[in-house]
Amino acid sequence: MAVTTPRVRSNRPVHMTTPASTGIVASAADLELVDALRRGDEAAFVSLVNLHHAPMLRLAKMYVADPAVAEEVVQEAWIGVLRGLDRFEGRASLKTWILSILANIAKTRAVRESRSVPFSQWVDAEAGADEPTVEPDRFLPFDDPHAPGHWVSFPSRWDEIPEGRLLARETLSVAREAIDGLPPAQRQVILLRDVDGWASDDVCNVLGISESNQRVLLHRARAKVRRALERYLDER
Amino acid sequence: MASTGLTCQELVELVTDYLQYTLPSAERERFEQHLARCDGCTNYLEQMRRTIRVVGRLTEESIEPQARRDLLQVFRDWAKG
Repeated sequence: MAVTTPRVRSNRPVHMTTPASTGIVASAADLELVDALRRGDEAAFVSLVNLHHAPMLRLAKMYVADPAVAEEVVQEAWIGVLRGLDRFEGRASLKTWILSILANIAKTRAVRESRSVPFSQWVDAEAGADEPTVEPDRFLPFDDPHAPGHWVSFPSRWDEIPEGRLLARETLSVAREAIDGLPPAQRQVILLRDVDGWASDDVCNVLGISESNQRVLLHRARAKVRRALERYLDER
Repeated sequence: MASTGLTCQELVELVTDYLQYTLPSAERERFEQHLARCDGCTNYLEQMRRTIRVVGRLTEESIEPQARRDLLQVFRDWAKG
């Protein structure tokens, strides 16, 4: 039995911020990576692609409908990244810098194809609507004389579920399906935050949404995934 | 239950803020006071933590082999100058 619970983000890159007085916010790892790319180090490029390609493609699909066009946008963005390497001064993290190049290209393409998916519309619709985190019938009514607003029956204990079952392939696919079924803005936020392990600031910057909207979207996305897992895990 | 405290139905709305340490301290205190005497919400919070762990285990689709080859070519062309 493991005694310590691994942190959710233990496998994420560590961000070491150099002193603010230099104006450099990119991590030492970022700067090393950029140096390696400038030297033509193919392995460095591959690792960068592995890390960022999927989120880039997802973000591109927010702007352009055609998946093939989205692929082109991502490829153009990588070309832009390589050509712009000499201009990278570390004033933003490498990730933020790459994603801003992607966003610019995607926006241009979206305008050219006269199709822009206004992400903000999804955000407004998904964050604005009233949506309870847990089904209201799980709670006693507000006029209950004894315990208004309290659980009718408690959620089950998941700390007793063996690690092997909780992280089994089948459980993961239940979570994956739940995420695939989320409305676009919620899906985008939970993927960036909880799958890619991004900090909320980065998510807000890249998606151009407010901190509070980001939190509402994340909250609702997680709540739906929990519900799906609850249905599955409590079945037996 | 004290009438000034949070109900369970109110608490579940605050879980993300709680986990992200963005609850104002007074509200955080009310949250924790509620947790201390409510097994249902303790279980709920644990479920949410585990949900986040499960989601954290998901991986992104890997890049298509053709797209990877194309990008490598892009890189080699660029590296040649």
